[in-house]
Amino acid sequence: MAVDTEKNSYTIIFAIAMVVVVGSLLAFTASSLAPNIDENERMEKQQNILYAMGINGNEGDGDITFISTDKVAEAFKTNISEQLVIEVKDGEIVKTMTRQEFMEANNGKEPYLIDVKKQQARYKSGESRLLPLFVGEQDGKKVYVAPIRGKGLWDAIWGYVALDDDMIVRGTFFDHAGETPGLGANIKQRYFMDDFYGERLLTEAGVFKGITVAKGNNDPKNETKDDYEVDALAGATITGDGVSAMIKSDLKLYLPYFKTLK
Amino acid sequence: MGLLSKKDTKLITDPLADNNPITIQVLGICSALAITAELKASIVMSVAVLFVLGVGNVVISLMRNIIPSKIRIIVQLIVVASLVIIVDQVLKAFAYELSKTLSVFVGLIITNCIIMGRFEAFALGNGPWKSFLDGIGNALGYAVILIIVGFFRELLGSGTLLGIPVLGDPIEKTGVYSIGYENNGFMLMPPMALIIVGLIIWVQRSRNTDLIED
Repeated sequence: MAVDTEKNSYTIIFAIAMVVVVGSLLAFTASSLAPNIDENERMEKQQNILYAMGINGNEGDGDITFISTDKVAEAFKTNISEQLVIEVKDGEIVKTMTRQEFMEANNGKEPYLIDVKKQQARYKSGESRLLPLFVGEQDGKKVYVAPIRGKGLWDAIWGYVALDDDMIVRGTFFDHAGETPGLGANIKQRYFMDDFYGERLLTEAGVFKGITVAKGNNDPKNETKDDYEVDALAGATITGDGVSAMIKSDLKLYLPYFKTLK
Repeated sequence: MGLLSKKDTKLITDPLADNNPITIQVLGICSALAITAELKASIVMSVAVLFVLGVGNVVISLMRNIIPSKIRIIVQLIVVASLVIIVDQVLKAFAYELSKTLSVFVGLIITNCIIMGRFEAFALGNGPWKSFLDGIGNALGYAVILIIVGFFRELLGSGTLLGIPVLGDPIEKTGVYSIGYENNGFMLMPPMALIIVGLIIWVQRSRNTDLIED
């Protein structure tokens, strides 16, 4: 080809053409795959919520298996008896909506699709926050699954915590967007998530205390369940602190609702 | 060898040892430090880089005569970034579980200096087939080091390999832990990867003195 690739005009034309081609290619891929991706993310949320309350396909130690994607919609319908939406402002309940009421007010949007990140931002700016709560059953007792979200070392971390009437943990699921593999990413491992089972969030007097991911608590097997601590991960201090922080800040908002259950 | 000429074979085998991207060219150190705390992550990263470097080298090589040299680095960056993003999106739509595992690495792949280094040093001056082989070779050379480092860091740091405990239970004090062995938490920190890479360089250069620069 006899094109002078050194010329300024060529460089500019090439740059423009490149941007147009690459831009449209990416836009095309993104928009044509969007429905599939949305569907996958929806199913993942359902799987996570069910996992936290103990409905999963786990086999043996260390295994993390969700309800398979073809069964998850059905399992979600049968196991989640109610999706409540609690509206709070300044630590007080404004109102509690059932799934029916919430969907009627929001063009049929399911409560489990509430964007926790957006609600956190609203609460921070002094507005009310919508708290979804998924009610199910575990060993014949009611459990309530609440979503939480916070910051790890590199990126967002989030999770779902199943609680009983007394705000004792009955299961957790944690996930992250980009924590270091082998270190912070291990919050997604069974041995970390399972440590939370049976831990209390409230003191005897009913004051919210939360659970701290603590270093050197001399309880690596986590046998003491009333110390408000679980054993930290080596080399993942900031991710662990992020987990403690999101448990404290997000679950605390549910306290007024749990008080009404008494 | 019918498929590969002698020269072509060298493109693959050279980066495995005497022209290794990490230990000799000193490229891709950042990701070698960041993700080698466990073996599985090292392997996933190696496979991802193998794919991106192989395909990326071919794309750049096909475009080598029309890329204006003034903006070639940006063009290379765009090619890598869009390649990685498209793959990520396709995985998200059709293999969601796999994409969750890979998502952490996406940023690291785009900024991996081996990729930019091979585009710049090889693909811009050679044909697509040669570039493809060069990409595969360098990615394999990168993979070898990553897997060695990941092996030692996971074994000595957590006492496991691919997540399976091989040295006994550190809490129950079974296996080697019963005679007083402890996991070395330092091995999980990124600086230890640098020390292991240093040791590999040391061993390699003492075996092949031609590699020592003045």
